[in-house]
Amino acid sequence: MSLLDLSIAEMARGLRDREFSSVELVEAAYQQIDRLDGELGAFLRTTRDQALAQASVCDRELAVSPDGRGELYGIPVAYKDVLCTQGVETTAASRILSGFIPPYSATVVERMESQGAIALGKLNCDEFAMGSSNENSAFQQTRNPWATDRVPGGSSGGSAVAVSARMAAATLGSDTGGSIRLPASFCGVVGVKPSYGRVSRYGLIAFASSLDQVGPLTKTVADSALVLGAIAGEDPHDATSSQAPVASYQDAIGQGVSGLRVGIPKEYLAMGIEPGVRRVFDQAAQWLEAEGARLVEVSLPSTEYALAAYYVIAPAEVSSNLARMDGVRFGPGFGGATNLGDAYEHARHQGFGGEVRRRITLGTYVLSSGYYDAYYLRAQKVRTLVAQDFERVFSEVDCVISPTAPTAAFRLGERLADPLAMYATDLLTLPANLAGISGISVPAGFSDALPVGLQVLGPYLGEATCFRVAAQVEAAADIWRVGPETAGAAEEGV
Amino acid sequence: MFEPAQVAHLSRLARLGLTDEELERLRAQLGDIVRAVGKLAEAPTGQVDPTAQVGGLYNVMREDRVVDGLTQDEALANASSHEAGLIRVPAIQ
Repeated sequence: MSLLDLSIAEMARGLRDREFSSVELVEAAYQQIDRLDGELGAFLRTTRDQALAQASVCDRELAVSPDGRGELYGIPVAYKDVLCTQGVETTAASRILSGFIPPYSATVVERMESQGAIALGKLNCDEFAMGSSNENSAFQQTRNPWATDRVPGGSSGGSAVAVSARMAAATLGSDTGGSIRLPASFCGVVGVKPSYGRVSRYGLIAFASSLDQVGPLTKTVADSALVLGAIAGEDPHDATSSQAPVASYQDAIGQGVSGLRVGIPKEYLAMGIEPGVRRVFDQAAQWLEAEGARLVEVSLPSTEYALAAYYVIAPAEVSSNLARMDGVRFGPGFGGATNLGDAYEHARHQGFGGEVRRRITLGTYVLSSGYYDAYYLRAQKVRTLVAQDFERVFSEVDCVISPTAPTAAFRLGERLADPLAMYATDLLTLPANLAGISGISVPAGFSDALPVGLQVLGPYLGEATCFRVAAQVEAAADIWRVGPETAGAAEEGV
Repeated sequence: MFEPAQVAHLSRLARLGLTDEELERLRAQLGDIVRAVGKLAEAPTGQVDPTAQVGGLYNVMREDRVVDGLTQDEALANASSHEAGLIRVPAIQ
């Protein structure tokens, strides 16, 4: 039993009641990291001295005035390495950003800090968040704590593993086509993709700017509601951040689902869902029905084109966004090139891995004259169709549920040779990014001892509904206290 | 589906500096991916407007007010080479 097994609300209570200190919490987190992360590979770097110093400041402040602190005060957290952290190296898991020390922090990092959260370090991910398995990091392999021969899911794999293996109380990830929800599902934690614009992207290293959102990964739905509440809201530094007031997400929890209309998209269930995943999904749907929700079959007919649209739009934005990675203002240098063109090519050839090169080239192609209309423009029209599907469905139901992914975590290396098989991992998650709506993945059960997540999709700015439904599933499943280690111990009869 | 020269051209446009071997591998993968996204041609997009962004914001303005930015030292701190307050790069030609 580690202090990190507690929910954030329980940690906050313990801190307030002086049952343990913030230093003890942070030390407990690093104990887990020291013991487990050599094998799991979630952290690219840790900031131990800084974290412990901050924790002792929190403890002194708590001793003076224990009340009136937010629940994140003194809580150990960590950030995906696509989020800029002032003075702490930030690489997006890419060689081209090796050694980059941001001169400022992302807005979400500042907001977490202003609440008193303590950063433990930076988390591995797919290079520039491009991938579904976390196997595209330039630096290290991250493994699934439930089965170390399997992927953690991507691209926020380190963020999911750190929470799952009780190395951090909460983490932030980013979701462009499923990069929070997918690893959350594979690692048995909660992960939220907020509506587009709900959370500031300032200081998030851009992948596809019209799709990217930052969101929390945590052990419980209530913890995610807490963290999202802390980071959400308008930011003058991000003109695409929504000006709408932030809902009280924590109030949504415990409201139950009685009277809610819950849509089940028939197209999603026709996507080759693994039988074990389907069983967990059917069980979760039954739980919701038993608690008074009304299950309604709905149709999202443009789903069959969503994957194609995504893999045109996202690479197009990549080819444009990553043009700035030229080795000039940051990066590893030019390797003795004697003219600027060669210098760019040297920096980018040394700096980018296979998947990033693939997407930049694809994006360059679909944006080039003669192909723009057939691919990019058409993909943008399909994006409209996908968004209209959801709009229509949300006039009939309050939310939509599906498995988060068609399978549980797959084996390391299994899909690496076949980009298309890897891309299909995101079939059920990426339509929400195209439409800009809210979504969450909540652990709902197991398939062959691997965690399986249920995805709840809500309307634009409908996060509260997602939390409400996810909390009901969490209560019924009653598995959030089961971590990868306690589960193993139970099986071995320890 | 892609000619070798076409992939080499794309690599040059994107300044990727790929080797012949890398280009050849990419050529096959790119062909597979573009064939797959060709599915878009079947979508009923006749009268549909394109969507470039979601969220419905339009021309978000702020007050035209001077605020502090990075200092020159901060802005140069991550450059691999700089001189006299400027970033140093090889000649263009």
